[in-house]
Amino acid sequence: MQDSSTNHFALFGLPAAFAIDTALLDQRYRQLQSEVHPDKFAAASSTEKLRSMQWATSANEAYRTLKNPTARARYLLELQGVHTDEESNTAMPTDFLMQQMEWREAIEEARDAKDLDALDSLLKEIQTAAKTLQQDLEHQLGEESAELTAAAGSVRKLSFVDKLREDILQSMEKLEA
Amino acid sequence: MALLQIAEPGMSAAPHQHRLAVGIDLGTTNSLVATVRSGMSTVLHDEKGHALLPSVVRYLADGAIEVGYAAQAQQSHDPQNTIVSVKRFMGRGLNDLADQAHIPYRFIDAPGMVQIDTRAGIKSPVEVSAEILKALRLRAEKALGGELTGAVITVPAYFDDAQRQATKDAARLAGITVLRLLNEPTAAAVAYGLDNGSEGVYIIYDLGGGTFDVSILRLSKGVFEVLATNGDSALGGDDFDRRIFCWILEQAKLPPLNAEDTRLLLTKAREVKEWLTEHHEVQITSVLSNGDVVNLTLTADQFVELTSHLVAKTLNPTRKAMRDAGLTLEDIKGVVMVGGATRMPHIRQAVAEYFGQEPLTNLDPDKVVALGAAIQANVLAGNRSDDDLLLLDVIPLSLGLETMGGLVEKVIPRNSTLPVARAQDFTTFKDGQTAMSIHVVQGERELVSDCRSLARFELRGIPPMAAGAARIRVTFQVDADGLLSVTAREQTSGVESHIVVKPSYGLSEDTITGMLQSSFAAAESDKQARALREAQVDAQRLLEAISAALQQDGDTLLSPEERAAIEQEMQALQTLITQDDSHAITRAVDALNHATETFAARRMDASVKQAFAGQNLNSLEI
Repeated sequence: MQDSSTNHFALFGLPAAFAIDTALLDQRYRQLQSEVHPDKFAAASSTEKLRSMQWATSANEAYRTLKNPTARARYLLELQGVHTDEESNTAMPTDFLMQQMEWREAIEEARDAKDLDALDSLLKEIQTAAKTLQQDLEHQLGEESAELTAAAGSVRKLSFVDKLREDILQSMEKLEA
Repeated sequence: MALLQIAEPGMSAAPHQHRLAVGIDLGTTNSLVATVRSGMSTVLHDEKGHALLPSVVRYLADGAIEVGYAAQAQQSHDPQNTIVSVKRFMGRGLNDLADQAHIPYRFIDAPGMVQIDTRAGIKSPVEVSAEILKALRLRAEKALGGELTGAVITVPAYFDDAQRQATKDAARLAGITVLRLLNEPTAAAVAYGLDNGSEGVYIIYDLGGGTFDVSILRLSKGVFEVLATNGDSALGGDDFDRRIFCWILEQAKLPPLNAEDTRLLLTKAREVKEWLTEHHEVQITSVLSNGDVVNLTLTADQFVELTSHLVAKTLNPTRKAMRDAGLTLEDIKGVVMVGGATRMPHIRQAVAEYFGQEPLTNLDPDKVVALGAAIQANVLAGNRSDDDLLLLDVIPLSLGLETMGGLVEKVIPRNSTLPVARAQDFTTFKDGQTAMSIHVVQGERELVSDCRSLARFELRGIPPMAAGAARIRVTFQVDADGLLSVTAREQTSGVESHIVVKPSYGLSEDTITGMLQSSFAAAESDKQARALREAQVDAQRLLEAISAALQQDGDTLLSPEERAAIEQEMQALQTLITQDDSHAITRAVDALNHATETFAARRMDASVKQAFAGQNLNSLEI
């Protein structure tokens, strides 16, 4: 559509890298929305209103992608022509799969026992695992190394971990309801 | 030094004149209207000095309609024709109303939205709400001395698409141009944050008459960013009244009551609740229509016990919102209490205990929402020159599509920042399938039957292909009001289908037109006069908007030829405005909009560049 929206990083004037300055991202996002948001065009012509909605929508989409580490890594790989294929490529190292199963069982147990505290500590454990994978990505997507295949593998693992996190949150929600 | 410009007396300095814009809090129990005067947001009072307008509408025997205190005074005597808490019925079907046994109305189960049978005929909740809005519009126009440019109307953050659409329809019926639907907690945050110059993460705990919302916002240099919102659109102060009401029935061993006595005791229950905010006990005395006397004593402690489960019910959405925002209690800078029901001491105490800090109550919880809405209205109307206020709100409930087996495929997750668009590809199930039915739902549950149905529509004319070969891309766009439109497109053939979601729970365009006509006495000439007036106002607005844009950027962004082409269309429209052909005006408006497309695109690009002006743009080539 527009020059600066050819990629999400450029839209916010940020270098295309996994390690980004999130405070700067937040600031640039707010700056951009301050210019393009529909509220700034409430008295404008319908043509300008439509433009504004499209721009604000793109800004939100770009921000959402860059803000989330998994989505950011996936997007960065796509820009370099590497698809993470999370739906079709489910081959995982055995130790990671074992860990997965252990976590799943633990979640189920805690859910059946209606043990909110257990779920909460599982949540923390999984968040730590996600942090480690993100650190791997920082290295794999770094300028010196650029191990793109390994990075794609880390993104697939992170997706698994994100899904577990969702499951825990949903279980907690159901228990509280 | 810049010289001040002063217009000749009697000449307006258009288009920089002050536009009359208001914020309206359309509440379950009370409604308010506020505006910004000399830089200060203030609530507008009625002739008797009342700030609140009770959200009560009474249809009288002689065809007249009373709104507010006059209607409220009669609610026990004329319960079936006096509608209170109509907000609870907005965008709701009969089976959505859990407690209809205690509501003294003759409900009619209509497709989409429940209706109420009154002596003035069958009324939709939209029409009843429109009466309240009309009363507020008249109050504002009287106080401000002119026709309103528009209004920001607040809705509970947890309102779904059907409830939002119903609110917007009611405003239209009341002759109000809606500048924006604004979420109540966000409005409160604006009023609160601007007053206090706050920065950081704040919780808005908003317990109104009939709805509960909790929103988490990050305030930073005039930007109000909603991180997460949650709530219960059927939980509010009314439920506390109802607990007292039921307690009275049990204690006094009363048989099922008639409509008058039900209303009498519900009103009494509300007074009891309010009294217990500042007292330890209350004497309840009421004389029923058959002469029986109710005489009971309720202590504050008993009241706390009776309603503790309701208080607990507000903490679940609070926890969910905290988790969605990915925050812990230490991140919270302050908790703001909004809504009259937060005056109850045990609510304040529960919130203080949960967050480990005393909630902020320094703004009147009844007025703060209207005050914030007025500030936003003032900005949207273009009156504020130091343009530093921006609200970034979210969609409260996930949007999805029905897939095989009655399951929901989520397309836009809750708490996505607005405006948002998301596309999802679907394919055909059978060989040679040429049509596909699309069912849009809203909610968090996995089964379609547990979510709210928003709309169904069909995409026809898919070229016959093998099963799974067609590619149907469905795009959801949710605008800044939180309202949805859906487009479906078959990718290989380009067959397209577009709807603005309305059918299942909103009112159809025909119904609205019908209501508008009947409310304007339906004479054909009136209808035409109204259409003409609307077209003229729209055209005038467009001309003003484009003149302002040309003045600002016409020289820098347009070639003389391009500018001339736009000015020619403006001239054409200007000539038509004074004539009485509404269709011709509408056509000229469309033509002018079309002529300014390139200009609009360039202006937007220039704005974006300006956002990062002076910064080093590292747009990397990849």
